[in-house]
Amino acid sequence: MKLDVIFRVAAKIFIPFMLVFALYVQFHGDFGPGGGFQAGVVAAAMVIFYAIIFGLDAAQKIFPPRIIELMVPAGVAIFAGVGVASLFLGNDYLDYSPLMHDPVHGQHIGILLVEIGVLVTVAGTMVAIFYSFIGRGR
Amino acid sequence: MISANLPALQVVLPLLGAVVCAFLQRGVYAWGVALIVTATMPFVAAGLLIQVMDGGPISYALGGWAPPVGIEYRVDVVNAFLLLLVSLIGAIIMPYAKASVEKEIPADRQAWFYAIYLLCLCGLLGMAITGDAFNVFVFMEVSSLAAYALIAMGRDRRALLAAYQYLIMGTIGATFYVIGVGLLYSMTGTLNMADMASRLGGIESSRAVLAAMAFLTVGISLKLALFPLHVWLPNAYAYAPSIATVFLAATATKVAVYLLLRYFFTVLGTVFAQQSLPIAEIVMLLSLAAMFGASIVAVFQENVKRMLAYSSVAQIGYITLGIALVNQSGLTGGIVHLFNHALMKGALFMAIGAVFYQIGSVRLADLAGIGKRMPITMGAFALAGLSIIGVPGTVGFISKWYLVLGALEHGWWWLAFLIVASSLISVVYIGRLVEVIWFKPVSAAAKRAKEPPLSMLLPTLLLVAATLYFGFDTSATAGIAAMAADWLLVGAR
Amino acid sequence: MDLLQAIVAHYNHWIIIFLMVSGLYIVVARGNMIKKLVGLGLFQTSVYLLYLSPGKILGGTPPIISAQFSVYSNPLPHVLILTAIVVGVATLALGLALVVRINEAFGTIEEDEIFAGEEDE
Repeated sequence: MKLDVIFRVAAKIFIPFMLVFALYVQFHGDFGPGGGFQAGVVAAAMVIFYAIIFGLDAAQKIFPPRIIELMVPAGVAIFAGVGVASLFLGNDYLDYSPLMHDPVHGQHIGILLVEIGVLVTVAGTMVAIFYSFIGRGR
Repeated sequence: MISANLPALQVVLPLLGAVVCAFLQRGVYAWGVALIVTATMPFVAAGLLIQVMDGGPISYALGGWAPPVGIEYRVDVVNAFLLLLVSLIGAIIMPYAKASVEKEIPADRQAWFYAIYLLCLCGLLGMAITGDAFNVFVFMEVSSLAAYALIAMGRDRRALLAAYQYLIMGTIGATFYVIGVGLLYSMTGTLNMADMASRLGGIESSRAVLAAMAFLTVGISLKLALFPLHVWLPNAYAYAPSIATVFLAATATKVAVYLLLRYFFTVLGTVFAQQSLPIAEIVMLLSLAAMFGASIVAVFQENVKRMLAYSSVAQIGYITLGIALVNQSGLTGGIVHLFNHALMKGALFMAIGAVFYQIGSVRLADLAGIGKRMPITMGAFALAGLSIIGVPGTVGFISKWYLVLGALEHGWWWLAFLIVASSLISVVYIGRLVEVIWFKPVSAAAKRAKEPPLSMLLPTLLLVAATLYFGFDTSATAGIAAMAADWLLVGAR
Repeated sequence: MDLLQAIVAHYNHWIIIFLMVSGLYIVVARGNMIKKLVGLGLFQTSVYLLYLSPGKILGGTPPIISAQFSVYSNPLPHVLILTAIVVGVATLALGLALVVRINEAFGTIEEDEIFAGEEDE
């Protein structure tokens, strides 16, 4: 455990940037390549990276499996909730136009919310898969 | 607002229900949510069916994107009927599920079980309702992945093997389906089924379209367990938890059959009618092989769930035979058998699930004499068994009647004879079951048995009552099936 | 010579067919459950290529509207295949999870050994 000082220091430098990059990919997805899927995977990679360097227990203290497990349905709930919201506003399911006064703005907000839902689910799923495989047989 | 958005609600409600179940983490609460959600589904489906019968097909643009470009949910008589069937079965199982799941699934997984069950329902309904070829694939995988997980929750360790085998076969099937859709997409430039059908005019005999048809047929046949592609089915049904067996046996293969109908008659209608590939003949041969081969294998099974699973393969043969006849009576027979087989197989697997609930075994030897201990359940079992044989007065007779009519309209006496002859084999295996259950001395395992709780008994009896009721009053089922057959055959011309 | 040209011109299809058939062969011929999943992955990957390769239009640019360009590549296959990749990942994860549990329950992931052990029951 003493020889991995380089890893630990490098990880501490990298991890904040990984999260920032995930958020960049997430929010830049409106204007260029990117979006919830990619951002979710990058965010999950951050957790997995942390777990590999500092051990599963340390990772699970910061990102408890219980929360991770709830992230999976939570993202789907955000996604489906946006769709239901547009239903209640009198449009077809997942038609974002009525979410704001201006249809274009409504579409923008709608896709942003849906992508956040995707981020939450994808990140949650990836980490949950990692936890369940790595935690097997301990 | 509600009536206009029924197509979306049909798919979204189970999805939301699954999310809530996953949040709740307590089996009983999750069951309550699932009960409410599944109980509303038949009303949604019935509303759709009424709208379709009154005003013709419904088109629903998901996200407000107009059909050929956006994803369209399209409901006509054929899939409205199927949606009603799947929703009804999904709802009838739920009251039954509580006791059975508490017995068979560990407490910490029960909420997940209901969440996955609802996801599977969502996928199946989505497959039936969507009018977009690629969207079908997505829903197919939603339902299949959920089904693999449901099967893997069985208590027997062989459930894992069955789920793995199903996963491999199912994924190959789905991938074949995607290859077919990909070829059609590159030929027509559209994924909307109706649009695809209209754009295929003039290129029906191009090699890519024929290859697409072959891939689609094989892929969907894997999903519906047409005879040589059925090897995943017996183990999956035999080792899955009772609820999963009832649900999958009554719905999953049926939705795949619908997909076959949709492709043969709507999307590839012109290609199918042209008969440059002898697909109808091949499907007919395989159906006959299923009717005889699987029935004969069923006779020699020692595990009752496996026996019924082989019987399912045989019964699917009757449905695909109806499709392969390509005339009004044959198709009506096939479609009505979709509905009828779901009723009777559901009832049979429910009765066997009740036995498993009481004695923890479904081996034939352990069932000896159990009819004396569980007379109501086993009486229901015997009645549903008569329906499998096709005794007049049960739904099984109605379907076979239409199939024989369809065969005679072609002037194929030999086929009518074969349909009746294959029913005789089912007499053998149902007769073997009835003999063991009622007339053998009570086995050690069966001594412990008593009638299951009412929550399990009533749904079983309801399904059996339905098999008898629809055996006498055929106006609802055969009437709608005939309408659906007419609708499909117009597409094939 | 025409035949040769036809073969070379459709080189993407040859790659796809090769991947498809070799993937399917691995699934059928191997008894090791992990190897079967690898074959399945290969098989699915060939389909991704089947969709993606016709989507590229020669001389086309990425499909972002601009006055300078008139020919765009087709973006739809990418969206479809993104979905298919996610489905593939989910299938692979579930398949591997099943293999892990099969290994715990049976002590092996070779199909022959498992079926040999099951026959006694």
